[in-house]
Amino acid sequence: MKLALRDLRIAFGRRTVVALDELDLEEEEIVGLVGESGSGKSMTALAVLGLAGPAGATVQGSIALDGLELVGLPERKLRDLRGRRVAMIFQSPVSAFSPVFRVGDIFIRALRLHGIARGDAVARAQEALREVLLGPDLLHRYPHQLSGGQAQRIAIALAVALRAEVLLADEPTSALDVTVQAEIIDLLRLLRERERMSILFISHDLAVVAQLCDRVAVMRSGKIVEAGPTENVLQRPTAAYTSELIAAVPRLGTGRTA
Amino acid sequence: MNTTPLLEVRELAVRFGSVRAVDGVSFELARGPFGLGLVGESGSGKTTIARAVVRLIDADRGTIRFDGTDVLELAGAALRRYRQAAQIVFQDPDGTLDPRMRIGSALAEAATAHRRLPRQAVRERVDRLLDEVGLDNQHRRRFPHQLSGGQRQRVAIARALAVEPRLLVLDEPTSALDVTVQARMLKLIADLRDLHALAYLLISHNLAVVEQLCEETVVLYLGKIVEAGPTDTLLSRPAHPYTQALRAAVPDLEAKLPVRDAGAADTPARVDDWASACAYHPRCPLAIDRCRIEPPPLRAVEGRRVACHRAEDALANGYRPLHAASAE
Amino acid sequence: MTEVVLSEGELAPPRSLRAVLRANPLLTAAAALGVVLVLVALLAPLIAPHPADAGSATHPLATFLPPSSHHLFGTDPVGRDLFSRVLYGARISLAVAAAVIGFSILVGLPLGVIAGALGGIADTVLMRITDIFLAFPALLLALALASVLTPSVTNATIAISITWWPWYARLARGQAASVAGRPFIAACKALGLSPTRTMLRHVLPNSLTPIIVQASADVGGVILTAAALSFLGLGAQDPTPEWGLMVNQGQAYFATQWWLVTFPGAAILISALAFNLLGDGLRDVLDPRRVVERR
Repeated sequence: MKLALRDLRIAFGRRTVVALDELDLEEEEIVGLVGESGSGKSMTALAVLGLAGPAGATVQGSIALDGLELVGLPERKLRDLRGRRVAMIFQSPVSAFSPVFRVGDIFIRALRLHGIARGDAVARAQEALREVLLGPDLLHRYPHQLSGGQAQRIAIALAVALRAEVLLADEPTSALDVTVQAEIIDLLRLLRERERMSILFISHDLAVVAQLCDRVAVMRSGKIVEAGPTENVLQRPTAAYTSELIAAVPRLGTGRTA
Repeated sequence: MNTTPLLEVRELAVRFGSVRAVDGVSFELARGPFGLGLVGESGSGKTTIARAVVRLIDADRGTIRFDGTDVLELAGAALRRYRQAAQIVFQDPDGTLDPRMRIGSALAEAATAHRRLPRQAVRERVDRLLDEVGLDNQHRRRFPHQLSGGQRQRVAIARALAVEPRLLVLDEPTSALDVTVQARMLKLIADLRDLHALAYLLISHNLAVVEQLCEETVVLYLGKIVEAGPTDTLLSRPAHPYTQALRAAVPDLEAKLPVRDAGAADTPARVDDWASACAYHPRCPLAIDRCRIEPPPLRAVEGRRVACHRAEDALANGYRPLHAASAE
Repeated sequence: MTEVVLSEGELAPPRSLRAVLRANPLLTAAAALGVVLVLVALLAPLIAPHPADAGSATHPLATFLPPSSHHLFGTDPVGRDLFSRVLYGARISLAVAAAVIGFSILVGLPLGVIAGALGGIADTVLMRITDIFLAFPALLLALALASVLTPSVTNATIAISITWWPWYARLARGQAASVAGRPFIAACKALGLSPTRTMLRHVLPNSLTPIIVQASADVGGVILTAAALSFLGLGAQDPTPEWGLMVNQGQAYFATQWWLVTFPGAAILISALAFNLLGDGLRDVLDPRRVVERR
């Protein structure tokens, strides 16, 4: 069990935003966390990285990474983990990077922060870019000179360069064009095999989840209403909300409403 | 029955500095009830076209004829009259309403923007508008921040309808909404279309949404039309490689296929001399030498217009979906 | 028609004033203090035990008396009751603040909103004019006025006003420009509303918040500036009971007759503090997005 969440309760004061009983992520598995806005899916991911507290929330329960309990772990130890063992990519990749550093510098700083020598860092950066099918010339660019798709690939490359074991992806394709989205989905699948990464894929887009994820958990108002192998959940949903979500997805080939 | 198109766009061109956001686009919108979809990804120019149609930005070249009159030439009172006839609903429900104005006041302001109405008549009109978009009277006293995104978008639609327009431009009206909310919004648009015999221009990157609401579709790439015609034709048998790529990229809920090539499709780079080549050729699987030196003209092929030297080959190949159960 | 949509995650209705005050203790305390100060200013003639002392009355036999039950704050070098003078001082200080800020808003707000909403030439011209006025330091201007005219509270007020309004023009312009770029302003244009109506009914109301916040915080600033001018001899002159002047008059005696400096000085401090806090509190409360967090 790579990542195990149990009895997770995240609250802002008296308002509970996540009440998650059980969520597992196995080695080399891609699990989808699906929900609409306010479902608590993003907060769950932030909690794994220990970032929910600084956002003003209280976190109770258990989040275990390979058996290591993350809830309550001192900040020092959490910092070692972040990026290195658990990496996160976000919806807006360009704004996730500091605009004053070139891509190459961002890589080197991140790698050196985790104890990798400078010479090795450069080599790893170039190798990581190759993995995500980008040319090494991008190392010289600034974040604002990247397209959305390129920036997202670089965010993924950072996780690859750090040899992250778990990747938390929070709506990584929602802001991208559909053709670019298709490529990123394929890239993530490739990485799961080649880098042996476990991926928690958070999305509101059921169709994307259907393509990418082995298992899926559906969240609503902080709770998981249904979870299981993707095909089961999508073809034979047991929860009414899941059926509602599935029915709401606009489908091609269904003809005209108007 | 009047068969002249409601809106006729001819050779529309808009530049932002040296960038040609819209580069010679022509299409027609029939009288309502009718929907025309403008489909494209970032940089396609679809939003720019939408804003040019409602005169929120100025065009450099071309004409936009509404009921025969070129709206790009209008000014003063005539322009104001056009603004009554053509309305727009924006993508972002958050910034679209004045945060300091109650919903009822905002709608009343819209309803009286072009004609004086006695107070009672305004109230009735506002109530009727709220009812039409599925909101309750009590929402009249609310402020925008007290409404959800979907509700705000409904108010935006009600505001646009308040002036009784004949043309409605919908710029990605559902992209920022949750999927269940989106489904309700699409149904609302369909219902309103029937109720008011609306003619609308629907801008979207989502092919399924366009399929539901638009009889005809125009596919844009880097400011030019690559394919245009009846929606069903375009979606079932696309003739342009880009339309095929778009169609193929739509993820299917039903089945999953093994990884194809995770190659370098990306936001298209702008090049200034597209006048001398096909804009899509750097990404096109069917590109040949001719594509690099000769821009393809928009021509009629099997019931639609397409700008591709190898449209017939593309049609014959069919599109290879990246993630669908069937290959066609 | 379509089913009524009430369940799409509706937000709570706005809170009552009481709830707002209860949730913001800082604001409540500051507001209370501010109210007290205004009341003191208004009711000074009624509360002050020796109102004539606020004017030109002198009592040669009662000079330099320490604080006592007869004279709560003691008496000054010419025997005047300090408590009465401090109370009347509130009137002067608040009146000056009201005049300066009122003038600044009257001139700065329209200029700023027009510049921000219209942009282009109007913006450039108006902002350059503003820059010229921003270049005047209040103190130097007051000095100049004092040498040309006789120093007085009125002239000090004029000097401060001339240097104060540009900040409001800048503030209004920044906010108006930001508002003008938002989608709902484009929507106004698309609806066919006239630019004037758009500016008055949409840009202006949405540009007010920073002005209101700044105004409440500025009361403290103006009071301090007026006191500083008086302290330097450029503003109020004896017998006007202005706080800064009183500090000036008392500073030579600070070691022995400490009350002469302490009470007017404390009055300045408390007033400035109260209104600064009021400004802070208002800024938090007036941000419309705060209500969203309660969802």
